[in-house]
Parts: sequence; structure tokens; C-alpha cells
Amino acid sequence: MGDRVSDPCHNVPMRANDDTWLVVPLYNEATVIGNVVAGALPTFANIVCVDDGSSDASAVAARDAGALVIHHATNLGQGAALQTGISYVVTQTDAEYLVTFDADGQHQVDDAAAMVALAREKDLAIVFGSRFLDDRTKAGWLKKAILKTAVWVTNQSTGLRLTDAHNGLRVIRRDAAARVDLVQNRMAHASEIVLQLGRTKLPWREYPVHVLYTEYSKGKGQSVLNSVNILVDLVFK
Amino acid sequence: MDKIWIQLILLAGVAAVAVTLTRSTADARHQAVRRVLLVGFVLVAASAILYPTFLSHLAALVGVGRGTDLVLYALVIAFLSYVATMYRRMKMMDRRITALTREIALAEVRLEQAGYPTARTSASPSDPSPADHTTGPPERRP
Repeated sequence: MGDRVSDPCHNVPMRANDDTWLVVPLYNEATVIGNVVAGALPTFANIVCVDDGSSDASAVAARDAGALVIHHATNLGQGAALQTGISYVVTQTDAEYLVTFDADGQHQVDDAAAMVALAREKDLAIVFGSRFLDDRTKAGWLKKAILKTAVWVTNQSTGLRLTDAHNGLRVIRRDAAARVDLVQNRMAHASEIVLQLGRTKLPWREYPVHVLYTEYSKGKGQSVLNSVNILVDLVFK
Repeated sequence: MDKIWIQLILLAGVAAVAVTLTRSTADARHQAVRRVLLVGFVLVAASAILYPTFLSHLAALVGVGRGTDLVLYALVIAFLSYVATMYRRMKMMDRRITALTREIALAEVRLEQAGYPTARTSASPSDPSPADHTTGPPERRP
């Protein structure tokens, strides 16, 4: 896991990300969240972890590593945690960008930094991470098939043409973030956020990212059956 | 005469259900619809009890074999609408709980950053004081 977080390459000067908040939905990831936060801090000084009612020591680990921790009194789901983080950044900070980042260490800090840099450079409001723009990400065929189906369903309903839909790594500029209001508490928020961001008609782009499937993240990841739940959640709102 | 007891018991049951249903609260329009349906239910149930052949006649009238089948169909529809109503209600409740939890979470972090003790910081005094939180956003005091 260390290779993921160590030596974050600084394509962007450190101080440049002072106006950026990393938003990390956090639920029972005590074993890894400390490393994830510590690995991201040199590049992103502002990290908010939304502890979604974890029953382990996730919140303490995140705080000790140097993140700001917001607590949900009860477990609501990743979508709800994400929305709380977004609401926090929009209403209680002056941040210009926020980056949604998974707590389990699947995402690369370098990718996030490069996406923020791209957003600045090209004046983009939204940068979606996509693991299917290059072949760095190694996913099993079943996972790939399900993700591709999810992309297709999402594209049908959002009007955007994305290559990856359920990727937790996104850069959202303040004006776009202010117009996000997720009501899907569970996993269907991944499609919902694309839909709401698409409706803003603000400039967006995809960026190739590397999603690291460790044994840990595979163990915690969504089961294939869960895609049925997502579909039902999206249809019966 | 042997019918009268079961008729009394069933009628009492229908009455009990009727009373319970009217007591639950919801918004006015739904409540009105529910009450109208309830009156219909009471009438049908009462007549089915008092005139046991009534349902069979009704079933024959609408082209269903037996009165029992008619009751079964009605129950299936009633059950499905119950499931749908409950699903919607549960979603609404989830949204309320989410909004409430989010408000509390955001209020709590606002208090923490303003230096006020919160349930969490005062419960664990070993926590670093929010004022020392170097990674926090610029302080926004009320």
C-alpha cells in the first residue's frame, strides 16, 4: 500500500492547492485511512473526512493523521457522506475546488493533483477520473462488464458521454459543487452526481486515472449483486 | 344461529381495524383517500360477513370464479399498494434523517472550529483543540 501514498510527485507547487479541499467519505477504514490522509497531506493541505458513523477507530485515525473530521451521528451511506462533505466545503470554506477521494486508498494523489491542475489550466468546472482511458487499471472481466453497463446506463440518463461512471475521483469547482444536492444516500449517488453536474452545463473533461485494486479494496468493494441495488435505487427514487 | 358468533367476532375485527386506520396521521389529501377506501372496505367486509353468498354473487358478476378468488385478488392489490406506500414513506423518512444528521454534523464542526466545546470534544479531552488544527480552514468566528 505504501507505494500508493509515498512520494507524491508535485507537478503542482504545494501552496497552489491551498484553495482545494479533499473530500473523503469515511466508513470503517481505520486500517488504511491514516496512510491515505498522510499520503495526501503534502499535496493537499485541506482534507475533510466525513465519518459516516464508523464503528471502528476511523475517525481518530483520520484526525491523528491531520484531517478535519465531520461526524455523522448514524450511518447513512457514501452518497450522504459525500454530500455532507460538499456542503461543508461550499458553506464553510472559501475553497475554489474540491476533490472527491475514496478512503480505501484506491486513488492516486498524483492523479488528483494533475486533475486539479488541469481544471485550473483549462478553466474546467468538473474533471471526472476515468479508469478506462488507459490500460493502467487492472479490473476483472466481470467488474469491467458491470462498470461498462453502469457507464452506459448513466450516459443514457445524463446526456454526458463518459467512459467511467462509478469512479470516486472527481474535481469539482465551487460553482458546480454549489449545485450538487445528492439525495441518493447509497451507491446510486455516483450516477446522480454525474447527472446533476451535467445539468450545470459547465465545462467538464475526463482524465485518465489509475485505480489500484488492492486485496483490501477488493474485500471492501461493492459486490456484483450490489449493482442490482443501484439500478433499483435509480429507477424507484 | 351457529353463524352468529363468527359474524360478531369478524365484525368486531373490522371495526377495530377501521378505528386504528383512521387514527394514523398523514397529509390531508392522502388521509381523505384512505378514509373513503376505508368506508368501502368496512361496507364490503360487513356485507360479506352478514350475507356470506354476497361475495360469490359479486365474483360471478365480474366474471371471477369464486368469491374467495375475488378476495385474493383484492388482497394482492392491497398488499402491493401497501408495499409501494411504505417504500415511499421510508424514502421520505430516510431523507429527513439524512438532512437532520447533516445539519448536526455541520453545526458541530462549526462549533468546534469556533472553539466551543461539543459533545465529542468535551467527551474526549485528549483530542487536539480545534484552534490548534493546522489543517483546518481559515477560522470563521460567529
